Amino acid sequence: MTFAARASQAIKGAALMDFAGAFGLAMKYMLRPKKTVIYPNERGPQSPRFRGEHVLRRYPNGEERCIACKLCEAICPAQAIVIEAEPRADGSRRTTRYDIDMVKCIYCGLCQEACPVDAIVEGPNTEYAVETREELYYDKQRLLDNGDRWEREIAKNLELDAPYR
Amino acid sequence: MPIAKVNGVEVEFEPGMTVLQVAELAGEEIPRFCYHERLSIAGNCRMCLVEVKPGPPKPQASCALPAAPNQEIFTNTPMVKKAREGVMEFLLINHPLDCPICDQGGECDLQDQSMGFGRDGSRYAQNKRAVEEKFMGPLIKTVMTRCIQCTRCVRFITEVAGQPEIGLISRGEDVEITTYLEQAVTSELSGNVIDLCPVGALTSKPYAFNARPWELKKTESIDVMDAMGAAIRVDARANAVLRVLPRVNDEINEEWNSDKTRYACDGLSRQRLDQPYVRIDGKLKPAAWAEAFAAVAAKVKATAPDRVGVIAGDLQDAESMKAALDLFGGLGVKSLDCRQDGAQIGARPRESWLFNSTFAGLDECDAVLLIGSNLRLEAPVLNARLRRNWVGRDVKVGVIGEQADLTYAYDYLGAGPASLASLIKARTGFAKILKDAQKPAIVIGAGALAREDGAAILALAAEAASKFGVVVEGWNGFNVLHGAASRVGGLDLGFTPGEGGLTALDQVKKGGADLLFLLGADEIDLSATDAFVVYLGSHGDAGAHRADVILPGAAYTEKDGIYVNTEGRAQMAQRAVFPRGQAREDWAILRALSDHLGAKLPYDSLAQLRVKLFAEHPTFGAIDHAPGSTPAALDLTAVGVKGEISDAPFASPVKDFYFTNPIARASVTMAECSASVAAARGKLLAAE
Repeated sequence: MTFAARASQAIKGAALMDFAGAFGLAMKYMLRPKKTVIYPNERGPQSPRFRGEHVLRRYPNGEERCIACKLCEAICPAQAIVIEAEPRADGSRRTTRYDIDMVKCIYCGLCQEACPVDAIVEGPNTEYAVETREELYYDKQRLLDNGDRWEREIAKNLELDAPYR
Repeated sequence: MPIAKVNGVEVEFEPGMTVLQVAELAGEEIPRFCYHERLSIAGNCRMCLVEVKPGPPKPQASCALPAAPNQEIFTNTPMVKKAREGVMEFLLINHPLDCPICDQGGECDLQDQSMGFGRDGSRYAQNKRAVEEKFMGPLIKTVMTRCIQCTRCVRFITEVAGQPEIGLISRGEDVEITTYLEQAVTSELSGNVIDLCPVGALTSKPYAFNARPWELKKTESIDVMDAMGAAIRVDARANAVLRVLPRVNDEINEEWNSDKTRYACDGLSRQRLDQPYVRIDGKLKPAAWAEAFAAVAAKVKATAPDRVGVIAGDLQDAESMKAALDLFGGLGVKSLDCRQDGAQIGARPRESWLFNSTFAGLDECDAVLLIGSNLRLEAPVLNARLRRNWVGRDVKVGVIGEQADLTYAYDYLGAGPASLASLIKARTGFAKILKDAQKPAIVIGAGALAREDGAAILALAAEAASKFGVVVEGWNGFNVLHGAASRVGGLDLGFTPGEGGLTALDQVKKGGADLLFLLGADEIDLSATDAFVVYLGSHGDAGAHRADVILPGAAYTEKDGIYVNTEGRAQMAQRAVFPRGQAREDWAILRALSDHLGAKLPYDSLAQLRVKLFAEHPTFGAIDHAPGSTPAALDLTAVGVKGEISDAPFASPVKDFYFTNPIARASVTMAECSASVAAARGKLLAAE
């Protein structure tokens, strides 16, 4: 380092130039609108196509939509879905078991795309953190309950996304 | 041979072939729904349209058009494509779009071909037609709205099964497939219409909604429900066999299966023995393998070898019988028998217990005499083959035994051995037909052999055979039709009583044997015996019920095994799933038991066992080879033992087709079939 450069650094340091620059930058950002939200009191925006926690939906009359065609099971790249089926008492085709291993799931949304009756849908919910692994092995009842809980939001999202499908 | 051009490529073809067959020869696949190689030509789906020159300037249905020499056939022109797309659009007008809930989904001809010729949307705005469901019995589920009227089911049930119970009524848009009076289809081959149906109109009822074809693990194996050894494909998911389908084997089952073969598979998951049991204080208690072996070993050591009896059942593979033979033969046991029905057969030469003409040989023979065999119940697929020859080549059939409905006309010659004796003396009637026939055949069923005078009847049948020239140079029509899949394998191994040994029926008599070792033997009456009974098998049936120690074995889908069919054709069955619970493969159990008995068997793996088996019995090494395909000379005078013959009529051992073995008896579907057929018979009698 030359003598001139050393002298220049010493003068800048003595005049608190770095401090002044940093302070100016901080003041500039303080006056701009904030990007962060106060979660969970505030939420960021979410697309209607958001792929969150899975639900199994019902028809408005309460009949479950899923017809056990097993297309979601077939397409699932993580093989997270397990379905067993047999004729229900009234002779219709229904699942006796519909399990999703949420640990295996990679949230690709292919199950939702494969479903011919919009039964399996990835809803807007992201808040299903649990304390044990076992709680993430969803069974049919859990998925149907999810569906009942989120039906209003999901129906809205599907309606919003319908023009693009 | 004449030559035709397919898309510009020259092919030679046999005169009489259709345009579709010629195109197939050239490697062109023609889409079709109604055409089937083994059924008559209907020409009603119109999917197989092609362009031919010379010919009218319009598409031609290739399945029904005979090919002509120097014909030019085009399968890929714009005209053909447009025609097929038009046909597909018409077919889909009334076909519902319910693939997601249809069991045929994933293996549906219409689904596959609509990928090639279908439009992406429908132009049909009117209502689709709806058709009422039909009742076709406990096996066939119907969704008749999906039917595209190809009439394959009608043609199969009329032509192959010979029981015209399914038909097509009305015309135009009202046309419907029906069983006329809403009654169950009673044919033993009815399940085949499910395979034949190109859409999901006829599907399997027991398998309804169970699984998709892409989930199943497919294993090619061999059937054990009768002695034909039909080629099957076992479809399993996880550790459960979900369905059994036929495989094509032109020499045995062509591509058909009996309903028992197809539907008894639910019996594989019921009444299973999945852990060893030992009877303590009169009650069977679960036990560990070591305890069960100790109990058996103690009893074997305490019993003199000549007081021990070993009986092999009807579903045993050759390997387990070989292991039992080595183990107990090594201990000095003489009373071994694989003929639990008491059939008087098994003295060499080997040809005396084989179906020497082979099944394919029936396609050449011109007169058949059935002795003591209800062929339709004992081997339904073989019966269908004989029927095909009766229809197509006018084969003459004579029957001595039960006067049953065999689905074809036959000369009824009498009920018992006396009729056979008088046939030998006769010069007219069926005797003349047999005498004049170029290739006559005699089929001796289990009903004629499983009686006290069985050996004498066999000798009488051999006398008839020599009288009618059944065995001549280049043709051996002397046929024994067994009822059990294991029987020929057992006889080939020599699984019969040695000198001074007792037969199966003598072993189970009071005071017969003190220790009975049952190798899956369930068809034998154990009520009289006071022996200590060890049962090695897969199902909790008659044998296990009486047993003092139960060693859980593997069913036929759960082990690799060799089965020899009634032709003498050794075939390898493959394991589709693993044995249940603590159950093990039968030969492995015998190997483990041999350790406890201090008579260790000299093999530690199935491969080693097979090496020994093939070395000692070379016939087992000739896999898939039928000895009858090169007719061997047979000294008919050495067959059977001449003796007193009682006058009792022949009775088929198959009383109820659906309940002939422990697997079938454990099956709910088979029980439903039996009840439904009984009900249908009752209804028929009431109507008459």
